[in-house]
Amino acid sequence: MSGAVLAGLGIFIIVEARGWEYLGPDGPGPGFFPLWYGVCMVALSLFLAAMGFAQSASGSAKAVEWREVGRALAAWAGLALCLGLLKVLGFLLAFGLFTFFLVAVMYRRPLGVALAVAAGMSAGFYLLFPLALNVGLPVGKLGF
Amino acid sequence: MLQGFAVALSPLNLAWCFVGVFLGTVIGVLPGLGPAATIAMLLPLTFRMDPTGAVIMLAGIYYGSKYGGSTTSILLNVPGESASVVTCLDGYQMAKRGRAGAALGIAAIASFIAGTVGVVGLMLIAPPLAKMALSFSSPEYFALMCLGLAMVVLLAGESMVKALLAMLVGLWVAGMGTDLFTSTSRFTFGSAELLDGIDFVVVAIGVFALGEVLGNLEVRQGPQMLPVPKGLRNLMPTWQDLKDCRFAFLNGSVVGFLIGVLPGAGSTIASFISYGIEKAVSKHPEKFGTGVPEGVAAPEGANNSETGGAMVPLLTLGIPGSGTTAILLAAFILWGLRPGPLMIQDNPVLFWGLVASMYIGNVMLLILNLPLIPLFAQILRLPAYTLYPAIFGISIVGVYSVSSSLFDAWMLAGFGLLGYAMRRLDYPAAPLILGFVLGDGMERALRQSLMMSQGDLSILVSRPISATMLFLTVLMLIAPLFRRANAWRVKAMS
Repeated sequence: MSGAVLAGLGIFIIVEARGWEYLGPDGPGPGFFPLWYGVCMVALSLFLAAMGFAQSASGSAKAVEWREVGRALAAWAGLALCLGLLKVLGFLLAFGLFTFFLVAVMYRRPLGVALAVAAGMSAGFYLLFPLALNVGLPVGKLGF
Repeated sequence: MLQGFAVALSPLNLAWCFVGVFLGTVIGVLPGLGPAATIAMLLPLTFRMDPTGAVIMLAGIYYGSKYGGSTTSILLNVPGESASVVTCLDGYQMAKRGRAGAALGIAAIASFIAGTVGVVGLMLIAPPLAKMALSFSSPEYFALMCLGLAMVVLLAGESMVKALLAMLVGLWVAGMGTDLFTSTSRFTFGSAELLDGIDFVVVAIGVFALGEVLGNLEVRQGPQMLPVPKGLRNLMPTWQDLKDCRFAFLNGSVVGFLIGVLPGAGSTIASFISYGIEKAVSKHPEKFGTGVPEGVAAPEGANNSETGGAMVPLLTLGIPGSGTTAILLAAFILWGLRPGPLMIQDNPVLFWGLVASMYIGNVMLLILNLPLIPLFAQILRLPAYTLYPAIFGISIVGVYSVSSSLFDAWMLAGFGLLGYAMRRLDYPAAPLILGFVLGDGMERALRQSLMMSQGDLSILVSRPISATMLFLTVLMLIAPLFRRANAWRVKAMS
């Protein structure tokens, strides 16, 4: 599967690189280097895909633990949502909500604990970054 | 060197050294958070610091993490660092037999001795190597980068094909943005934000920090810890232990340093090899794995001495040998410094200050790690649900603080997902980061070489140094193929 995706990426790199100058009067152009690593990528990924196909045919492929993957992807989705909310709610609120989600949903802690961790985390970040280190945090439409 | 000590002993640099080694120990203790991720996360916060202080602190995190890594190996049978995997074999067995204190003490003493030997090696080898590298031109640099990447690819993971592909993805990501020579936009997908390329901090934090945390979030429960010995007396090994370990201290120090100098080999391989040597020369090899102190001293020494060795190619040739040193290289570049043959000549204060700080840092680590081990072990009781949100938050703030761009924050999420996918699919992260760090320089060196020769590729093989390095590169990449073909042949015959 990953071999097929990388083969696709390699083909995309080759197609793009062919649109740029390969060799000019001053030497190699912008298409020179990408073309070669694109070719290598296609060759290697096809080899990998063939190996993967052979493995799955012989039944020696590793089974995927979808429950574990699901937990990690849920956390990533929470992060993506947090980033999407940064513009609207600002870092402190969006990050607080994300922390609440991680503690309450991913770790199944009581709501009170999740709320305390989320509030403490946001307060800690506010004290450390804007106040102590003078590092700006993304501000939302609410002004903080 | 005296000038270096004057720099390292200034109150501010001493404080940064302490912060670095303290943080290094803490993240070494925490399983699932490595020095590469930590340095990447803290990198944006160091931009306003004096570069010497910042280098001293980040290097402190790097070698300090090697000290901390042994704690979880011994108490939890879970390596805090990949380099501490071997320490689990005998360290955890010693702890199960009630000798956790002695195991932790031996690990700290071995780390101190080997760490110091590593710095001595760095001090002695770096200046002559830098002098030799002064004769390098673009073809030699291109060949050197190929060699460095080949070694990393060769040793980075179980599958060389996957390591090569990760490296190629790194080269592709490095190529995004405006071309160095012709100002052509490459792989920008029409986005103005990508014209300047992708910031190193985004890639490093995404792949290392977020990738690691997402991987750790797969399971809810952590491992159970053995009791932590209290009091300095309970942490001191016996005289007999020290006597048994005297060859292990030497073995770990020398093997670790020599392997560290080779790009790509890294501390994990150093610790495995020194453990193997120790077992091979032991009078009682059958006892290895049942809790012998030499089984702790040799790998712990090797993984600490390796950090001194790894600094040699980084500082003198500008070639990092691992993910962590690649991040350190990027940090140097971001501060306007260029590690390479001229580094010692142009920045003697920084170079010698760093070397001197490593001596001081090792002493600090010994003092921190012997009496304060029980305190550091308490960090393991920190619930994961407080640690991981903090890492997510620091990552977002770190990236946002560099460019004040939410686009970069989205890129961070994308690279986090990539880092996680790589972990799941057994793609090593170090070749990607190295490909990304060296990509620009490699393309520049290749194109400059071909400009010098008017497009004639034979320039790369007609110069003795570059020819030798390219020959070694090819040899390294094809040798495993011959080995595999031979194994298939033997299997088919039997």
